[in-house]
Amino acid sequence: MNKAIITVVGKDTVGIIAKVCSYLAENHINILDISQTIVQAYFNMMMIVDMTNIEKPFEQVVGELVEIGHEIGVQVKCQREEIFDKMHRI
Amino acid sequence: MINISEVLETNKMIEKENLDVRTITMGISLLDCIDSDVKVLCSNIYRKIISLAEDLVKTGDDIAKEYGIPIVNKRISVTPIALVGGTACRTSDDYVQIALTLDKAAEKLGVNFIGGYSAIVSKGMTHSDELLIRSIPQALACTEHICSSVNVGSTKTGINMDAVRLMGEIIKETAELTKEKDSLGCAKLVVLCNAPDDNPFMAGAFHGVSENDAVINVGVSGPGVVKYALEQIRGESFEVLCETIKRTAFKITRVGQLVAQEASRRLGVPFGIIDLSLAPTPAVGDSVAEILQEIGVEYPGAPGTTAALALLNDQVKKGGIMASSYVGGLSGAFIPVSEDQGMIDAVEAGALTIEKLEAMTCVCSVGLDMIAIPGSTSSSTIAGIIADESAIGMINQKTTAVRIIPVIGKDVGDNVEFGGLLGHAPIMPVNGFGCENFVNRKGRIPAPIHSFKN
Repeated sequence: MNKAIITVVGKDTVGIIAKVCSYLAENHINILDISQTIVQAYFNMMMIVDMTNIEKPFEQVVGELVEIGHEIGVQVKCQREEIFDKMHRI
Repeated sequence: MINISEVLETNKMIEKENLDVRTITMGISLLDCIDSDVKVLCSNIYRKIISLAEDLVKTGDDIAKEYGIPIVNKRISVTPIALVGGTACRTSDDYVQIALTLDKAAEKLGVNFIGGYSAIVSKGMTHSDELLIRSIPQALACTEHICSSVNVGSTKTGINMDAVRLMGEIIKETAELTKEKDSLGCAKLVVLCNAPDDNPFMAGAFHGVSENDAVINVGVSGPGVVKYALEQIRGESFEVLCETIKRTAFKITRVGQLVAQEASRRLGVPFGIIDLSLAPTPAVGDSVAEILQEIGVEYPGAPGTTAALALLNDQVKKGGIMASSYVGGLSGAFIPVSEDQGMIDAVEAGALTIEKLEAMTCVCSVGLDMIAIPGSTSSSTIAGIIADESAIGMINQKTTAVRIIPVIGKDVGDNVEFGGLLGHAPIMPVNGFGCENFVNRKGRIPAPIHSFKN
């Protein structure tokens, strides 16, 4: 499995999850887990996704998600899972 | 499975605390490029570097994008050029031709530095070593990306004082030839004792003869992350302090290990080592000096600084070593002056002197680094400073180095601006008493004994 972590950070507004999720669906990215929290009035969401079936290069998906973030005024990041795994798991 | 707080912690380190992978450095052996004709040699060198490192910058950028971690520099180190050029170069100008070739390759590949314009003369100097050393001022003046280093001593061989004396003159000459740019050439020239073979950090990087044909080394950084972690435990005991530094160093180094393995896999070049160093930049919050302040000294240079630095250096290594399969290079804390805003502040406040910096180099990685001194400083005084620093390395079996910049036309009270990662610095005063009779002696200081340690 080709796992990645998508984080969305920004001011809470209507339709953030909808917008991100419809992009994921269009690109055959399967959501494995979603969690969210509000820290200091900021919306923090994390998704663990499976990117095995994407047709575009990984970095293009990263770029397009950043773009979607700009459109709705939040910061969207997509990173390969290993960076978190390596840092927090022995 | 990874949870949201862990993800947010990692991203906060990257976004707010300047966590980055400082450099991916590809070491390339040039031994198979050797030829007796300078032109053929240069074309062999150019071809080999371009073919091996063609994808280095792109691979670095791809990894940075996919993992969301900045990889600040992509660099190359090569076999010490004095070894490569020995058969072909009859004059110092011939060596400059090699420097121009390396510079052209760096330009083409988009790497910011290429290190290895170097000679290893810890015991003696061959004719070709000397030609290379004498070509350094010209080579640094007519290139952009070349870094040069000379190893003048080691614990096993002692200190080659003839080379030390010569380097005093070479540093002055380099300063003269680059005086239009505040003697910038000297910022790319380092004199080492006990140089490691596998150092990804410039200016002392070169590809050792004991290495593979090509190798990927990674230098990690992250003083801001350590500082932030220490802010959370103010007033706690040494035990808590040390545990916090270790844990943070572990996390930082794991990212470096991941990047190194990934770069090695994608480029098809073996992974060498991680250099787990806290390397500051002039950016606010990316400072080793601020960590020392967080540990508890008002400014670096205050009493207690050497102990605080010793503790920091040791904990960084303890935490980092378990995080990586191979650790090497200079690993520890760097204390360059011009590249660290906190160090600059300490100098300006009158807290930090060259003598205190020298004491600090006994307990941390490397040595007197990026220190601007008056342009009128004599070559024998510079040689004396190099000899002192080398002696610390030789006796304590550690790497030490001197990268000082006698800024032509400037004196104590002036400031100098190198720009970019090299930063800016106030000119620091140097002890004005002479040492000519010492450095003018011929020969070398014998290797030390390793018993009767007192």
